[in-house]
Amino acid sequence: MSAHAYVRKVRSGESGLWKSAQPALTRLDIELTERCNNDCLHCAVNLPAGDIEARGSEWRAERWKALLTDAAGLGCLVVRLTGGEPLLRADFEEIYLHARRLGLRVMLFTNATLITPRLARLLKDVPPLEAVEVSVYGLTKESCEAVTRVSGSFAACRRGLGLLGENGVAFTVKGAVLPPTSREADALEAWAAGLPGHAGRPAFAMLFDLRSRRDEAAKKNKAIAGLRQGGDEFVSFARRHGEGAVDEWREFCGRSAGARGDRLFNCLPMGSSAAVDPYGRLQYCLGLRHPGTVYDLAAGSLREAVTKFLPRLRKTRAADPAYLERCGRCFLKGLCEQCPAKSWAEHGTLDTPVEYFCGIAHAQAVAAGLLDWGEKAWTVRDGSERAKRRKGS
Amino acid sequence: MTGKIDLSRTYAPSDDVVVREIEGEIVIVPLTSGIGDVEDECFTFDEWGRAVWSKIDGSRPLETVVQELLDEYDAPAGLLKGEVVGLLQELYERRMIVDIG
Repeated sequence: MSAHAYVRKVRSGESGLWKSAQPALTRLDIELTERCNNDCLHCAVNLPAGDIEARGSEWRAERWKALLTDAAGLGCLVVRLTGGEPLLRADFEEIYLHARRLGLRVMLFTNATLITPRLARLLKDVPPLEAVEVSVYGLTKESCEAVTRVSGSFAACRRGLGLLGENGVAFTVKGAVLPPTSREADALEAWAAGLPGHAGRPAFAMLFDLRSRRDEAAKKNKAIAGLRQGGDEFVSFARRHGEGAVDEWREFCGRSAGARGDRLFNCLPMGSSAAVDPYGRLQYCLGLRHPGTVYDLAAGSLREAVTKFLPRLRKTRAADPAYLERCGRCFLKGLCEQCPAKSWAEHGTLDTPVEYFCGIAHAQAVAAGLLDWGEKAWTVRDGSERAKRRKGS
Repeated sequence: MTGKIDLSRTYAPSDDVVVREIEGEIVIVPLTSGIGDVEDECFTFDEWGRAVWSKIDGSRPLETVVQELLDEYDAPAGLLKGEVVGLLQELYERRMIVDIG
């Protein structure tokens, strides 16, 4: 190879590709289906795999392919294909190949149970260019199927992971801290590190979202809320490998967190990303399904949605007095997961404080030495300075 | 892929990559495996590389491309030819271009 760098390489997630303006859309999240062949205890999305009404309403491959073509035309580089379980769709390969032939990188989120030798071979020959993210909810048949609530899912997942490994397809395992699996985290990390093809370290879900469709709210949300870890447990889990996570929280608070007043949409930079549900409704993100915040792509265009609709939506201001009194003045904004999508799932609004996430963020701040126990972050006037001082000390 | 770049040969973008132009940047996205040093790499060019790439379309031999660039750039012929061959050698070894005769 030449010693002169004639060609500049840009890895996934690296910035610096764009010298001037970045494209109108850099990433598109597509929820191909809400249906799933698992029935996980904590899932905020899933419908039964055989749900006929949902299946009949899902966009067909031709519409997804047209949308992907539009996305590429807007400069999009990455598409996330998720669900539900996206591999439930018989036309998955057709959609995947279309995305890759457009020059899109594909982030595939799956439970791996439906990976076939043919699909693993396809992912080898036409790689997604992003590690496949695989939900693995348990190291044993007992713990896994206590979460997925589907007999045979443990063996099917292991078979799928084996096929990925045999074909050299890069993947990353994601776990969840749930009652059946809470003692398995360290063992799961060690196991994942030894898997052929595994990339990075497993991530663990702990702060489970309530149902984003607000369906079955009373029944399922009560169950999901009962699975959530409290602030102390969350901090203890984050500290299991030392103080690295706590140091990161403190550093983040000094650098990026801070009161945002009545500005509601803070989490994504302008023009970066959008999501589409299985029925062609564009959303700000996968979780935000408030009817006032979605755009029907069947009645418009992706270009209009990302260049006009989303910028207008981002200007939405909070009006809830409790939000303005607390979240609007809180220096933990950004560290805290409070956002319109969480407010929607919890309360059916865009701007109601979510006590659960508030409690988690306060526990993080106490652990990081930024708050005294019982102190409320929105009453602290020098929060960011505290974080900067602590960082330097 | 091995083999030396030959000025008398004609080269074209490979079917193993997808070439995109986004916000004025040429971005080469691998379609098949083994293009990048690691699987998640994409590629782009500086201004010089972009000028060369735009001419590698399979329509004319490389010596004609070099002559066109000499007409456009105020550069010594030997230096420019060496730069073009260096760039194409890297593209060829990465399977981003193919020799079509």
